Amino acid sequence: MKEAESGKKSVYTGPDTADESLAGKTGSDSATAHFDLKELLHAIRYYLPAQSALKDFIHHNSLHAFQHMPFYQAIFKAAGVFGYRVTLQLREYRSLFANGRIREDILDRILNDRKGEAGVQRWKHYLLAKPYESYAPPLIGRLRAHWKDEFHIDLDALVHPLLFRLLSAYLDQGISSWKFPHAEGGFLASLYQLERSGPVSLFKTARVRKLFLSEAVEPERLLQEIVGDERYFSQYLYDQQFSHQGWSGFVASVEEKPEALLDRRKITLGELIVFELYLELDALEFTFGKNRLPLCARVGENPLPLFADHPLTELNEVLSMWQDAFEWSYYDEVLAGIRGGAGQQRNTVERKIFQAVFCIDERECSLRRHLEQVAPACETLGAPGFFGVEFYFQPLNGKFYEKLCPAPVTPKYLIKEYGAAAPRKHELLYADHTHRLWTGWLSSLTLGFFAGIKSFQQLFAPKMSPAISNAYAHMNGTASLSIENTDPEHRENGLQIGFTVEEMSQRVEAQLRGMGLIRDFAPIVYIIAHGSSSANNPHHGAHDCGACSGRPGSVNARVFAFMANHAGVRAILKGKGLHIPEETQFVGGLHDTAADELAFFDEDLLSISNRDLHAGAIKDFEKALDLNARERSRRFASVNTRAGIKKVRRAIRERSVSLFEPRPELGHGTNTLCIVGRRELSKHVFLDRRAFLNSYDYRTDPEGRLLPNIMRPLGPVCGGINLEYYFSRVDNYKIGAGTKLPHNVVGLFAVANSSDGDLRPGLPLQMIEVHDPMRLLIIVEHDPEVVLKTIQSSPEMYEWYINEWVHLVAVHPETRQFFRFSRGHFRSYEPLCAEVPAVRDVQAMLESAREMKTNRIEDATKENLPVMILNG
Amino acid sequence: MTQFLPAFVLLPLCAFLLCLLVPRGKEKLLSSVVMAAGGLQFLLALAFTLFWWSEGRPVYNVKSLVLYASPDFEFFLDFYFDKVTAVFALTGAALTFLVAVFSRYYMHREPGFKRYFCTIILFFTGYNFVVFSGNLETLFVGWEMLGITSFLLIAFYRDRHLPVRNGFKVLSFYRLSDVCLILAMWMSHHLWHKNITYAQWNETAAVQGLLQNEYLPLLFVSLMMVIAAMLKSAQMPFFTWLPRAMEGPTTSSAIFYGSLSVHIGVFLLLRTYPLWESDTVVKTLVLLTGALTALVAGGITRVQATVKTQIAYASVAQIGLMFIEVALGFHLLALFHFAGNAFLRTYQLLVSPSVLSYKIHNMFFSFSPSPDKHRSGSFNRLRTQWYLLSLKEWNLDHLLHRHFWFPFKWAGKQLNYLFSQWSILVYLFLMLVSLVGYFFRKDLADHWTEMMPLLTLAVSLILLLMAFAGRAEAQRMWLLVVISQVFTAMALIWNSHIELHRLAMYLSGTFTGAVVGLFCLYKITEKEGQVNLHNYHGYAAYHPHYAFFFLLSCLALVGFPLTPTFVGIDLMFMSVSAGQPFHLAGVALNFLLLELTLLRIYCRVFLGQDKKHIHPVAYKSS
Repeated sequence: MKEAESGKKSVYTGPDTADESLAGKTGSDSATAHFDLKELLHAIRYYLPAQSALKDFIHHNSLHAFQHMPFYQAIFKAAGVFGYRVTLQLREYRSLFANGRIREDILDRILNDRKGEAGVQRWKHYLLAKPYESYAPPLIGRLRAHWKDEFHIDLDALVHPLLFRLLSAYLDQGISSWKFPHAEGGFLASLYQLERSGPVSLFKTARVRKLFLSEAVEPERLLQEIVGDERYFSQYLYDQQFSHQGWSGFVASVEEKPEALLDRRKITLGELIVFELYLELDALEFTFGKNRLPLCARVGENPLPLFADHPLTELNEVLSMWQDAFEWSYYDEVLAGIRGGAGQQRNTVERKIFQAVFCIDERECSLRRHLEQVAPACETLGAPGFFGVEFYFQPLNGKFYEKLCPAPVTPKYLIKEYGAAAPRKHELLYADHTHRLWTGWLSSLTLGFFAGIKSFQQLFAPKMSPAISNAYAHMNGTASLSIENTDPEHRENGLQIGFTVEEMSQRVEAQLRGMGLIRDFAPIVYIIAHGSSSANNPHHGAHDCGACSGRPGSVNARVFAFMANHAGVRAILKGKGLHIPEETQFVGGLHDTAADELAFFDEDLLSISNRDLHAGAIKDFEKALDLNARERSRRFASVNTRAGIKKVRRAIRERSVSLFEPRPELGHGTNTLCIVGRRELSKHVFLDRRAFLNSYDYRTDPEGRLLPNIMRPLGPVCGGINLEYYFSRVDNYKIGAGTKLPHNVVGLFAVANSSDGDLRPGLPLQMIEVHDPMRLLIIVEHDPEVVLKTIQSSPEMYEWYINEWVHLVAVHPETRQFFRFSRGHFRSYEPLCAEVPAVRDVQAMLESAREMKTNRIEDATKENLPVMILNG
Repeated sequence: MTQFLPAFVLLPLCAFLLCLLVPRGKEKLLSSVVMAAGGLQFLLALAFTLFWWSEGRPVYNVKSLVLYASPDFEFFLDFYFDKVTAVFALTGAALTFLVAVFSRYYMHREPGFKRYFCTIILFFTGYNFVVFSGNLETLFVGWEMLGITSFLLIAFYRDRHLPVRNGFKVLSFYRLSDVCLILAMWMSHHLWHKNITYAQWNETAAVQGLLQNEYLPLLFVSLMMVIAAMLKSAQMPFFTWLPRAMEGPTTSSAIFYGSLSVHIGVFLLLRTYPLWESDTVVKTLVLLTGALTALVAGGITRVQATVKTQIAYASVAQIGLMFIEVALGFHLLALFHFAGNAFLRTYQLLVSPSVLSYKIHNMFFSFSPSPDKHRSGSFNRLRTQWYLLSLKEWNLDHLLHRHFWFPFKWAGKQLNYLFSQWSILVYLFLMLVSLVGYFFRKDLADHWTEMMPLLTLAVSLILLLMAFAGRAEAQRMWLLVVISQVFTAMALIWNSHIELHRLAMYLSGTFTGAVVGLFCLYKITEKEGQVNLHNYHGYAAYHPHYAFFFLLSCLALVGFPLTPTFVGIDLMFMSVSAGQPFHLAGVALNFLLLELTLLRIYCRVFLGQDKKHIHPVAYKSS
């Protein structure tokens, strides 16, 4: 499961104040207001993309800056300012309607709800047939466009290449072998040093060089020279920074969290702006010389109020209704499916052979389904993949700590690996010396031919190599971990090494009670974390477990198993009424979601009787993995789903280490649902790997005391993932990272399209093409009143629901009635879909599913299978 | 067996034609054709090399297809095989096969899948034309193909701004090298009075004799060859195009700029070595270029903070060393160096996305922060200066633009101010005058008949310059180019050496191209309204077929190999005699600007961001 950051707003003073100040700042009435750079910086930073270094890929709502507003108002405002596409296009909705993907009865119901019976016909005509001019030029960039239109100068082309080059060289983590000189003092300070070192200059004109070297020039003075009129300063700086929002966003994120770079650098957004102003002034001086005029000399119109609120246009409303219809066409089937199974009698097994706890990640949804099918006597559960234990981890010989818990949490504990280090090999072909002159000459003549052979080997018999990120290399399974703390004074850099028995028991208890696992323990309880191995993939962090801050969760699984097996912990738990039988043992494991491999840790600790059970369970896991691999293979062009099952499995494994495969796995693509409840609620429904599954048993928590803790992370975590996929899908060019094929790794922290291009935050095309852009539907199995109380328990949590960035439905435990949350209330919801089809042979159905024809939404959505009742 | 040599260009050529016929959606079929062509070519080349080895490694030379023959001049394709051919052919086929297999799934579902594979295989065809060529004409066929395919693959993501801009930039460098090559061809025709083959060069007498009598012309030929090689292999001072060429999919960057395309300069040096073997001037130039490039590019490599540009500059520095090796006569070493470097850089580029996780992982375990060293002293200041120069690429990109291209643009702009919309009528009138004058040329004074070719050529250049810098409607610019070509042809008639049927050959291609191109522009205007060249319009997104045919007509006009204009261009040059430096300069400038002007129109009308915003649009800076 990927963790999401709760947005930047918690760090700043808050969205409302920031927004108001912006509206005032750039408003035409601000003519009298004094230009305040500090305030402006604060505001710009807030709107920039918030992606940190790629090694810590944290999913978040791409439009986090607008989250304090209702969803549709927010996205259409963002679209107006920045030119983003924030929904599918009108013609796309219409073709989805034509091919049946958007259902007419749902559309009618939505029209009826929104426009009343009188308006249905008219609005339906608007939706289906009325032509609209869909493009409105964004507000951003209009002022700066005068350079090109009025002065016939392409300032971007003159300034960006050198600026990007300097930024990447300065921030570089280890690509260049010659480090930036004098990098210690901060960005501008080192540039001063550089400029002072001799006649070679960063600038083309002597005047700007002199100005720069005087060091005392205020940014306002530069702006005065370039722009000319104080009223336009802030709009100009917005335009300037959003002409390369990737770089600006990255600089702002490094300023805020310098620890995101292993080799730390001091840089601020303010420094970037100042230096960019110098470069601009230089380019203008060089081009126009004495005839240079400030921009405002040829600007006719008043400054634009960039962030003023506008009412939704008719087209906005049309699009929002289409989007609702698209979403509810699917949700409705899901709810009908969940209800459809209610009548079915499920024979519940008295004695479970084992229990397996997985991450709530929707990629584990299918593995759990297959496991339950292969071994009907087992039970599977879901919980966030750090399993409630938060700490920093230091691998043996590691120079840094890795945070293994959700990003917003700051742990106080450190767990160290000792005894054996994860094997670490080197790849000669990457070494710096191949880029030097003489060693490069030698390497060409020797390594060169080896490279030729190696590339053929990688093409025809791909295998794991040091160049590939390996989920199992995160921790050595045979190493020891410093989990138990016996002396609280045992600390390192302010962190306590290990947990005391008391601290362990608190975490185990919270975790087990949260899942409702307080009785009927099986002899073995597996704790299965997940990670992902992938080759040639700078975005590999986005595939790992984000509840562990974008890393594999293997250490957490092992740590939790150790704690739950600890005799002292069990004694304390028993005292609190949570009795874990003597013979029950917890075993940690790691599922590689790309290769579909599973490994267990500390198996030698198993008792004799459990060893046999474990051997049997391994067989079940293997069978389930085979089936899971085959299910995934239906989306992969390189694998023939109908080949023998072992062949498919091997092909999937090879695929995860294939350098030529830009889709090692599909990550969170298609995620749409989050189900909080017992497994029985959705066990009978085929959900096609689209649901986050969080175990929770209302019977063990009738008053909902545990619910806030369970639901608090759902917005930022699952909602954040979902919205990042949503926005990267609807505008892969501006919010997403575009196709990854031309990507060029910059400084080991980001990707750009070429040598002179801006950084590309967001998700690449290859990750989102299977995704249907829909908001998350959270389904909670509890009394609506309890759920309402829960979401209202904190304003940050409530914002997600009241502003409709996620949808929420409660399932009443007794009546099984659905209640949909909308505008502050739960209202009864009756699915329009009478019943969903049943499927007898899931395997055959999966085998016959077709790969999409093109990745346009009309075709791509057909690859996502409908909701079905599992029968038999 | 030697009759088999032309098969090495025919095989990829057939594969290219086959690819054109395969429907767009058939990914498997398209990639299979290219893979099969690469693989088969490799096996055939291997078999042929073994045979050649068993024969005692002789030099093969086969005169093939005669394209044009007149009593005093023959234009023919010629194929050649020796150790240089063997190494380049085998490496090329192996790498093409490798990249084709790699791209099969890598390019899956990428818009432009077919375009990509067609371009790759056309590139491979051109590459084989170059390495199997036995004379300069055959080499030139391949040389032009490499230029165009490079442009097409750099601008592969044609809906973004930077790929299109950089693609055009690289094209301008390549075109310069084309000009150098064609000037060398022109001079060698006048030197040897025939279409000379490499085999004849190798007979040392042919060169040695000339060294005595016609040293300067020979020097000219060698210099042009060396400059062409420097341009194509990104050597000092022309290397700034290479990092900017990394815009296409990683696989295409790997095969073009990591390996095959960028080493073609080394091939050219090896081929022309007999010409300048005993010429100290040229040899010193090659040595100096190599050394300087190795030194400067070596420094630039070390400051690169992005992985692809780092590999590009590392490769450039190695090619600098290869230049030195060739000049010093270590040819076998240079060949091994080429093959090793090509494989190494291809591999490094293909796995370049992995570098992030690999190096970060390494850093995690072995990082030690460099202590804050406040170094001072003049040596360290010098070091810092060197760092800054390397980071700025020694300002070469800027200098070259400012001092080479900018004057053309400036002149074109001034001319555009001078002449108004009505000017087309003036040109037509001038053309009429020139034509009428030609028929009554016997009645004209001698100095008039002598001046006429130059005057006409000047008018043609003025028109071309106007179109080159023009920002007005595309159709008008297109017409300017076409009229300028008619003037060029007229200049050649006036120059009187040319026969009419030669001219017809040249004009047949030009005419068809002109009409088709105009038709495409007319259709676009009809559908989309006036199209000016002030901005990029990106109409390829809406009218891919018009874009394709317009590109074809551009190629027909510039004399792309496989079009009749191609032979015509060669003939045109041949009609300028050795004693006519101004004519030559005019024709060469025409040759340089023509392709750039036409493809500039293509870029601005069909490529770039979608102005209608129906398709998604990326930021200009991305």
